[in-house]
Amino acid sequence: MTERQVVAEPVTPPFREPGPVLASREQRIFVASQWQLMWWRFRKHKVAVASALVVAGFYMVVLGADFLAYADPDASEAQRSLMPPQRVYWFDGGQFGPYVHGVKGARDPLTFKRVYRPDPEQKIRLRFFAEGFEYHLFGLIPTTRHLIGVDAGLDPNKTVFLLGTDVQGRDLWSRLMYGTRISLTIGLLGVSASLVLGVVLGGLSGFYGGAVDTVIQRTIEILRSIPTIPLWMGLAAALPREWTVLQVYFAITVIISLLGWTELARVVRGRFLTMREEDFVVSARLVGCSRLRTIFVHMVPSFMSHIIAATTLALPAMIISETALSFLGLGLRPPAISWGVLLQQAQNVQTVAISPWLMIPALPVILAVMAFNFLGDGLRDAADPYGR
Amino acid sequence: MLAYIGRRAILAIFTVWAISVLSFVIIQLPPGDYVTSYIAQMASTGSVVSDEEAEALRIQYGLGQPIYVQYLKWMGQIVQGNFGMSMEWRRPVTEVIGERLWLTVVVSVAALMLTWALALPIGIYSAVRQYSVGDYLATFVGFIGLAVPNFLLALVLLYLGFVLFNAHIGGLFSPELQDAPWSAARVWDLLKHLPIPALILGLAGTAQQIRIMRANLLDELRKPYVVTARSKGLPESRVILKYPVRVALNPFASTIGYTLPYIVSGSIIVSLVLGLPTVGPLLLKALIAQDMFLAGTIVLMLGVMTVIGTLISDILLVWIDPRIRLEET
Amino acid sequence: MAAEPLLSVRNLKTYFAQDEGTVRAVDGVSFDVAPGATLGIVGESGCGKSVTARSILRIVDRPGRIVDGEILFRRRVSNGAGSPIVDLAKLDGNGSEMRAIRGAEIALIFQEPMSSFSPVHTIGNQIVEAILLHQPVSRRAARAKTIEILRRVGVSSPDERVDQLSNQLSGGLRQRAMIAMALSCRPTLLIADEPTTALDVTTQTQILELMRQLQKEDRMAIMLITHDLGVIAEMATDVAVMYLGRVVEQAPVDAIFHAPRHPYTKALLRSIPRLRAERHERLTPIAGAVPHPYDRPAGCPFHARCPEFVPGTCDQRAPSLRPVADGHAVSCFLYE
Repeated sequence: MTERQVVAEPVTPPFREPGPVLASREQRIFVASQWQLMWWRFRKHKVAVASALVVAGFYMVVLGADFLAYADPDASEAQRSLMPPQRVYWFDGGQFGPYVHGVKGARDPLTFKRVYRPDPEQKIRLRFFAEGFEYHLFGLIPTTRHLIGVDAGLDPNKTVFLLGTDVQGRDLWSRLMYGTRISLTIGLLGVSASLVLGVVLGGLSGFYGGAVDTVIQRTIEILRSIPTIPLWMGLAAALPREWTVLQVYFAITVIISLLGWTELARVVRGRFLTMREEDFVVSARLVGCSRLRTIFVHMVPSFMSHIIAATTLALPAMIISETALSFLGLGLRPPAISWGVLLQQAQNVQTVAISPWLMIPALPVILAVMAFNFLGDGLRDAADPYGR
Repeated sequence: MLAYIGRRAILAIFTVWAISVLSFVIIQLPPGDYVTSYIAQMASTGSVVSDEEAEALRIQYGLGQPIYVQYLKWMGQIVQGNFGMSMEWRRPVTEVIGERLWLTVVVSVAALMLTWALALPIGIYSAVRQYSVGDYLATFVGFIGLAVPNFLLALVLLYLGFVLFNAHIGGLFSPELQDAPWSAARVWDLLKHLPIPALILGLAGTAQQIRIMRANLLDELRKPYVVTARSKGLPESRVILKYPVRVALNPFASTIGYTLPYIVSGSIIVSLVLGLPTVGPLLLKALIAQDMFLAGTIVLMLGVMTVIGTLISDILLVWIDPRIRLEET
Repeated sequence: MAAEPLLSVRNLKTYFAQDEGTVRAVDGVSFDVAPGATLGIVGESGCGKSVTARSILRIVDRPGRIVDGEILFRRRVSNGAGSPIVDLAKLDGNGSEMRAIRGAEIALIFQEPMSSFSPVHTIGNQIVEAILLHQPVSRRAARAKTIEILRRVGVSSPDERVDQLSNQLSGGLRQRAMIAMALSCRPTLLIADEPTTALDVTTQTQILELMRQLQKEDRMAIMLITHDLGVIAEMATDVAVMYLGRVVEQAPVDAIFHAPRHPYTKALLRSIPRLRAERHERLTPIAGAVPHPYDRPAGCPFHARCPEFVPGTCDQRAPSLRPVADGHAVSCFLYE
């Protein structure tokens, strides 16, 4: 091969202005903060955004359960046992005026079961912002206003049961509102407890490594290989019968969070491990930051978003656990109301075949689990702003 | 490879020990000790426990001694095959549990195999035909599986079966074969009843595994060695199945191990709803009745069963992944 | 080109239909490869070199599709009759004829020695598979051939290496193994897509030397894709310069380096740092940046950065590739 000389011509040609600069929209990407990036990416997931709205809706119910309910959730009435949901008529003679028919109960002569027949003579008007039983708004302001109510105020013969009643004649709609409150707050508390445990143990594991890491890792592995429900059942069954509703509530929270922390710990540990090697952490140490400062000022903000995503994804498991335990009768007990307690009435197929509306509390469970899952997925995708 | 299996085995032993401690805690939790409740139980039916008998039981279970001694005595009894007496049934615990434990194993393994059998092809299809109708359908079904808790799914299916087909789809056996001794007919009956419970139990796990397989395979499909395989002139199906699927199989298989505890857990509640003659309904009744030896033993057996299953899946994983075989992970 | 070309690409267009628009990765590319010659394809990242190579082999990833053009390939003449020229663009990408050509008559080696082998199969397994796919030999014979070809490319202890996993080999060895696999069926055309970019300089030289030697022994044509003008200078007999999916200049290698015509080629050569430059002499990069794929300028793709831009012409229509001298073609209005 002959020797090749690469010849360059030292000419200064008349250069023109280079093409248009990057559009301002593209420029913004380089100066946006971490949270802005996350928000933009999150916004692109329509489903995740919709789920966020659903979750927000749920928590509004939590806050306003009293307002949304219209009947005392504990008022039982044998005469109204197992009433089916009532049909709402929206227009009264051409005008907007929702009403339901009054109901006459009778005993079927053949089966001796109660049957209910709507009485077309009776029209019970529904009112918005009507008066009902007394409660404290936000726990502070005593009031009697509810979202919906009946014309006749507290006349026991004129009532409405939008979702029917249970075996003891209690209105399902109102109980559902209160049940939502308890189910979702237990989930939140459980997740917070798991979060604390998970971040602390996962952080220790990831940051210090070595023996600490091994011990914690093995513990997590052991816990993960144990079937959880039998354990929970065992622990829950051991709660003394004499405990108050509140004590049981907290005990259940503790029990379900005891196993939920493993997943969070793994996420935290993984993040710590990857970040330990990152240049920015090394430079922080070299500049003279103390260990504590390195962790809290430099490392934690980097994986905050991942933690938020992992926490959101841990919530559905908490909700399902509580629902399952209460469904079995081992979790929350009456007079506490949660989705699981409500579903207890739907335990066998015979009951459900006759009164299928008893299964309705399953819907918010499914909806909540789906919403949190989608939301968590969206957050997790958005948490990696420079990722694919 | 042997070192790896050895490590997993040691971990399994530790796990079994942890489970035994937890089971013991559960047994001890209710107030009062075993013997007093036993005596009370006997008394309520009119039989009397003599003082010598009571004393012998006390010694046998080490009551009155420090808790770790009691634990050791209990473990000692177990090793000899004595799991204690069920107070409710007044028979040895092992008798009460009977074939239920094996049925739990059968149902769980069936669910696990179904999970594998469904998740693998669906996951591969979803990844290879990304954004197609099939992919979206699979994702949708997957989300249903994840979102609907298995016991609710069981309930809804029971209801639908009853209302639409007037059929009772619960149970593992037809009524006439329920208590019959084992025979070929009974085995076939069991197999006929297995699919629905297995599906309900495995659906959530299947959904999870589909997502994992799909994500892993999508990652692998982008890699250069797939291009190499294609450029050699291999037919597309072989390109996909021999190379990226094989590589994506490793993380997929390693998660199978953790599906088993989940399935076993789920089987407890689903068995209740569907009325399956497994360990689940028995455990619930035992817990409510505070029949602690029965309950604790069931928890222990479930745990051990799960650990053994996980260990087996770990060994299978080693067989699949040559990288672990040839060098330390 | 005196002899009949082995591969003749005519006006090839490969487009990618994305949500945000259509990416015209290859937008009318034409060149010829003579048998036994080395065509160097040079251009910046994103100019469509790799997509061209993949289009020839019909392994472009979805959603890419060949929308126009011909890829005329002269097949190895078997004992039968018939015209051995086939248009690869018209074949079914996954059909048996294309797959018989792929790997056996046209082979590909590319940039990533680290991950171009499957991590869970042995080297031997993968090479034997290539042999068994195209040649009617037994497994034992295939294994013997594999060891032989590994030895030929300079892999030490080939009989041991054949049972090793790819991660047990160094980068240079892996690239040699890749070459062995590509050559195992004695292709007439080897497409090498940045074969030495990921290697260190010493290994680079060795690999290039190996390729030259094998080419001489097998009388194989090489289509060498690279952005490194030094490699082109060393290896190529002909050069095609690509920009934004088009060939802007094609010529024998001497002509490209000593008498470049297209402003882009000239700018590329100018931008090479010179060893014997004056002190404090500034580098002369090409002004501007490669346009965003969705934001192509109308007319000549290079006009926005061209020092010899002619307003009114260059931004209105696109020039076509025309011959200006023997074997030398340019796509520029300056020469029309």
